[in-house]
Amino acid sequence: MSDALHIQPEVGTSHGAHHDEHHVHHHKETFITKYIFSQDHKTIGKQFLITGIIWAIIGGLFSVLFRLQLGFPDQTFPILETFFGKWAEGGRIKPEFYYALVTMHGTVLVFFVLTAGLSGTFANLLIPLQVGARDMASPLMNMLSYWFFFMASVVMIASMFIQTGPAAGGWTVYPPLSALGEASIGSKAGMDMWIIAMALFVVSQLLAGLNYVSTILNMRTKGMSMTRLPLTVWALFFTAVLGILSFPVLLSGLILLLFDRNLGTSFYLSDIYIGGQALPNEGGSAILFQHLFWFLGHPEVYIILLPAMGMVSEVLSVNSRKPIFGYMAMLGSMFAICILAFLVWAHHMFVTGLNPFLGSVFVLLTLLIAVPSAIKVFNWLTTLWRGNIRFTPAALFGIGFVSLFISGGLTGIFLGNSTIDIHLHDTMFVVAHFHIVMGVASFFGMFAGVYHWFPKMYGRYMNNTLGYIHFWVTMIGAYLIFWPIHYQGLAGMPRRYLDKSVWVNFSQFHELDKMITVVSIIVFAVQLMFVFNFFYSIFKGRKVTTQNPWGATTLEWTTPINPGHGNWTGEIPEVHRWAYDYGKDGREFIPQTEPVGANESKH
Amino acid sequence: MATTVSTHQTKWWSGGKSPFNVEYGKVMMWYFLMSDAFTFGAFLISYGTIRFSQNFWPDPNVVFNAFPGAGHANLPLAFVSVMTFILIISSVTMVLAVHAGHKGDKASVAKWLAWTIVGGIAFLGCQAWEWHHLITGEHATLIDGQIQMVGQTTTINPWGQLVAAGPELTAALNNSDQHVLASLVHEHHASQLGHAELMKLPKQDLVNMLSNAELHIREKGPVAFGGYFYGITGFHGFHVFSGVIINIVMLIMTQKNVFERRGHYLMIEKAGLYWHFVDLVWVFVFLCFYLI
Repeated sequence: MSDALHIQPEVGTSHGAHHDEHHVHHHKETFITKYIFSQDHKTIGKQFLITGIIWAIIGGLFSVLFRLQLGFPDQTFPILETFFGKWAEGGRIKPEFYYALVTMHGTVLVFFVLTAGLSGTFANLLIPLQVGARDMASPLMNMLSYWFFFMASVVMIASMFIQTGPAAGGWTVYPPLSALGEASIGSKAGMDMWIIAMALFVVSQLLAGLNYVSTILNMRTKGMSMTRLPLTVWALFFTAVLGILSFPVLLSGLILLLFDRNLGTSFYLSDIYIGGQALPNEGGSAILFQHLFWFLGHPEVYIILLPAMGMVSEVLSVNSRKPIFGYMAMLGSMFAICILAFLVWAHHMFVTGLNPFLGSVFVLLTLLIAVPSAIKVFNWLTTLWRGNIRFTPAALFGIGFVSLFISGGLTGIFLGNSTIDIHLHDTMFVVAHFHIVMGVASFFGMFAGVYHWFPKMYGRYMNNTLGYIHFWVTMIGAYLIFWPIHYQGLAGMPRRYLDKSVWVNFSQFHELDKMITVVSIIVFAVQLMFVFNFFYSIFKGRKVTTQNPWGATTLEWTTPINPGHGNWTGEIPEVHRWAYDYGKDGREFIPQTEPVGANESKH
Repeated sequence: MATTVSTHQTKWWSGGKSPFNVEYGKVMMWYFLMSDAFTFGAFLISYGTIRFSQNFWPDPNVVFNAFPGAGHANLPLAFVSVMTFILIISSVTMVLAVHAGHKGDKASVAKWLAWTIVGGIAFLGCQAWEWHHLITGEHATLIDGQIQMVGQTTTINPWGQLVAAGPELTAALNNSDQHVLASLVHEHHASQLGHAELMKLPKQDLVNMLSNAELHIREKGPVAFGGYFYGITGFHGFHVFSGVIINIVMLIMTQKNVFERRGHYLMIEKAGLYWHFVDLVWVFVFLCFYLI
């Protein structure tokens, strides 16, 4: 193919200019083009991060509210009525409100925070910087991806303020509950808005994912072969591919759900008797929706987890001053996780009447995921092993991630076995499992990323003391909250229930529930402290004075302290080695840009 | 590639070697098509799941037997063959446009793009006619012990099993409305009278007229048929529509010399990828709804 192929039409004209004339950033930018409708990948990353933080506060607050109900079911909190009016009459959370809170907590944290807020932030920030590109393949599409996410956010927020409230059928929105407005008030207009918001969200993910993939494949700088990429980029690459292939299936499922709700079709509905009346719908299958949902739903777990894994690999290697252990094994296991992610969805459906033989196939495939996961865990541990560890807040969160990933991963082995799952399905055990392994662990990966790359984002450091407090309280708090919930689940306590007082045998957990609620309030407060630290440090943090504050090898630290749009002022540097030359030949680290010396040992 | 790095061309990508040696936009398009294939895959697999969970499924030769202007002639799959032919020919014209683009032949690119747009619009027109015919066409269907005239919608399907002549059918005829019986008599040419005159006859006369005719009255068919048919062909039609819009934009850009100034017609190639994909999807839709 001709060289002409590499001309980049949209951006080549506007930014290619300073590539050639070298350097100075001379087109005029207004506040709007620089901070709002920005096409700079770094700014878009920050937009994703800050929107994600706002969403995280909302989603986290919802969990505090329903934990109040779970921990103190007999008490009234008049302040709730002040804020939520009819939803909390007399200071008690109404059942409808409780379900809406649970549903929105799940939706917001899974999609808006840990998908858009996590991979949206770091894919945007890190991909061009670490592969050595001036921007994404298509900055315009990149900008659109944020604004589609923003529109999705607006619709989702708006759904919380309508009279019948937001969707309340659980974040998995299983029909027939979600398909029939007469089934609950949370299945009325709020549900339609949920579907519309998610459709916009899928468009945003698609635009973003296509950009990430083509940037990584096509825009790497000279010498940056695929196996010289930092693991962050590999993880974000796999994440993007998972998103591109699984979100459309969710979209299909949601379109059919929208039709069932509004056009009288019977995709998911059959033989339903509601409010004393038989519905005309026949021939549909509610289980079909579960298949479509979990075909996204399971890869989604890895869409959330992989970016955290990639960032933790990078942060742990940099801060233990050692090469990552088993780079190719890390790569291979991420690839294996990607493939397996598409082949295990029915393990969410063991109790739907799934053929037990089919169930056993899914058990096998599910348990196979333990192999690449364990490889990764051992690689992180061996990376830390005898390292010269710098316990920065980022490194601590990285280590915390590994701990949580082990704890949550082990309970996954329980749930992956269909026989044990029959007992544990829909109990608090499941809640504890996925909160630790997917929720908190990914948050830890995200925190590691924020503390580590904050200097690159804003040219300042975050406050370390607040960072340490943040880490220890969150770490201890996460275990105090979720460890006991496993026991509740093993005892058979169901999830999603508003009030369990009718079961005498669960009264033993009453005090425990109180403790969990109190701890979750403390942990939530500490997250607010992190948010304060974040915003305070943007403006008042200690300034970064060197280009490469962590002594890292990767390309983002060869840019100026506050890089402009285009990242490098001169030519894009050439890459001569992999990203993990730490502690080699008596040198603490060797940047990727340094040519391999004549007498250098092999890595 | 190594030699080109040192030359001073305006080049966005300054890498030493390109892994796929294709332009980034094409990578994006391929990944998008993979993604879209999963959307359609999900739809078609859902359709298959529901279809095979039913005891009965309408015979496409019976459902799709109409042709514009041919009245009640039984022409199974004739019209959809024309539609498919149009769409496949539009793929050929798209190939010719891409080919002309490789040679930098602006006039030919514009000509073949225009034909592709015509093909796309013709296909959409056919689809509109087919939908309209299915929705408004009335079919005598045995529902709740009486004959009703219903069309194919998302909530009802008139293509169930044939009802054999017998006491059940006779009872149903007796239960039915006058105008339904009149329409049936008219449709089966059981009388020379017009619809208005038939409406004035006693109901029993109409039933007697029908008792000798060979009636094709069917039970209700699976509701899922309509939902999936309109859902999936509609989603495909939406893709064709977007393809037409994209091609129109390409045509305008061609006429405005955008590609000539750029020195290549790559955008046409990417639009072509999308267009071929939409055609390919139709092959599967055609297979699933019309052939099996």
